[in-house]
Amino acid sequence: MLVEQQKMESLAGRLVEEEVKGRSPWADARRRFVRNKAAMLGLVILVFVGAFALFGPYIAAWSIDELDFMVLGQVAELGGPSIETGHYFGTDDLGRDLFARVVQGTQISLMVGLVGAAIAVIVGTLWGAIAGYVGGATDNVMMRTVDILMAIPYMFVLILLLVMFGRSIAMLFFGIGLLSWLDMSRIVRGQTLSLKNMEYIEAARATGVSGFRIILRHIVPNLLGIVAVYATLLVPLMILTESFISFLGLGVQEPLTSWGALISEGAGTMQYGTLWQLLFPLFFFVITLFGFFFVGDGLRDALDPKDR
Amino acid sequence: MVSFILKRLAVAIPTLLVLIVLSFVLMHAAPGGPFTRERAIPPEVLVNLNARYGLDEPLWKQIGTYLWNIVAHFDFGPSFVYPSRTVNDVIAQGFPITLTYGAISFLVAVIVGCSLGVAAAIKQNSWLDYLAVGISIGAQVLPNFVMAPILVLVFTLWLGWLPGGGWNDGQWEYLIMPVVALSTSFMASIARITRSSMLEVLAQNHIRTARAKGLPTRRILLRHALKPAMLPVISYLGPAFVTMITGSVVIDLFFSTGGIGLFFVNAALSRDYSVMMGITILIGGLTILFNLVVDILYAWIDPRIRY
Repeated sequence: MLVEQQKMESLAGRLVEEEVKGRSPWADARRRFVRNKAAMLGLVILVFVGAFALFGPYIAAWSIDELDFMVLGQVAELGGPSIETGHYFGTDDLGRDLFARVVQGTQISLMVGLVGAAIAVIVGTLWGAIAGYVGGATDNVMMRTVDILMAIPYMFVLILLLVMFGRSIAMLFFGIGLLSWLDMSRIVRGQTLSLKNMEYIEAARATGVSGFRIILRHIVPNLLGIVAVYATLLVPLMILTESFISFLGLGVQEPLTSWGALISEGAGTMQYGTLWQLLFPLFFFVITLFGFFFVGDGLRDALDPKDR
Repeated sequence: MVSFILKRLAVAIPTLLVLIVLSFVLMHAAPGGPFTRERAIPPEVLVNLNARYGLDEPLWKQIGTYLWNIVAHFDFGPSFVYPSRTVNDVIAQGFPITLTYGAISFLVAVIVGCSLGVAAAIKQNSWLDYLAVGISIGAQVLPNFVMAPILVLVFTLWLGWLPGGGWNDGQWEYLIMPVVALSTSFMASIARITRSSMLEVLAQNHIRTARAKGLPTRRILLRHALKPAMLPVISYLGPAFVTMITGSVVIDLFFSTGGIGLFFVNAALSRDYSVMMGITILIGGLTILFNLVVDILYAWIDPRIRY
């Protein structure tokens, strides 16, 4: 019993003791990132927007599809932002609560951005890593395919897909994911080419690890830095793409909404004196893009080996 | 150089064919035919319609005919929704307008962007530099569909200086806002790329040599620094062109300029597949052609590149 006690004490002591060890590259990168003011500001913005999307529905006084008959027909006079009516961001042209709609737009736009980027990351990383690691004719065929797909006018084909197969959110995810992994695969392939001649890969091969396992266990984890940077910069691009399509009225369909659709609605009615309908969605759209770009730049600076 | 161009063509032509075949197959895979309407069409009429548009032929033959008409006659076929109009009519009506303001925007973006970037690099850490960097960061989050409403809000609704839309044969008042809205984000990107590549070039040895032997600054900048600094900018022009053409859809829709993007969106809303495909293929072809030109330009400017 006493021995146990001693053992535990020494273990606790060792746990409390500052570990003396070299800083890992990741710890270094984290330190650099935290010191970067713009990146930290970006992170704060993103946390704010994320909290807005998550907790907004509990704050909203009105539901998304409820019409406020008190303001209907006099939106410009009565539908402005106010605490008393519960329309914190005012109402839209049909008398629906803009706060609830901006919350929903934020949810959908963020979701499209994150899912689109996730698809791009998974497909692009695997495609690029396989092409780079296997090399030879396989590499040639895979990268020619990427070249050809890259020359295709992305947005037009995406709209073509949406029109032909129905404008559902699932189709939007599929279409954006289908066309967004190309850059990723190129970057990853380049990185893989330089990784694959490293000694530890040779060692893994010598001990008889299968090719696919080497890619998954040894190549992909080492690509993580560059993939993380690129993925952060990919999210705003996906959001831009979705907003672009929704602005044209070809994206998500009513009653669902997204930033692009809200900006488009607000821009359509701004000459009637209902400026808040444009400015609130625009504000969230702009700060979110800023946030992602700042964080992405910060990550790149933090992880850039040239900087060390 | 000739063999290089031929090699690039050997990649470009299959790409275009893939695009044509792909969009055709997509159209076929889509649920519902091009004549699926809210009100069902009598089957006899459908048979006639399919025969009129050649849709009763086997798929490979349809693709062959479509491909042949485009390649040999530059004929994209009839519109499925408006029988009296062909896709070629739509292109002929809209494309010159898109080309006019697109080319102006492209030139503005390149000229202003490059000048801003070079000026910022020469006077690094001056107010001009901070201004340029500030603009290029700010403009990143102001894509055309955000710029367009803001411009109309300020210059049409508040100040009343410029007309809020229309084309009017391309009078300059009608051109300003579309051009600014379309070119801003590209101008910013070009300025950022130019600035960083110029800074990199200016730190290199051959510039120091040129300075040491007493060449005038002007000459160093124009002859020795500018050319290598332009290389990253040129490689950005390809993607910029594509995104700009895509952006013209927003411009056409928002400013009612009557360019090709308006027809594309209307075709998308009325499910006019043949018009959509025609425009997509036309723009794909232009993209491929433009990338070819950029590649050749790149190889011509940079003597290190040999294929």
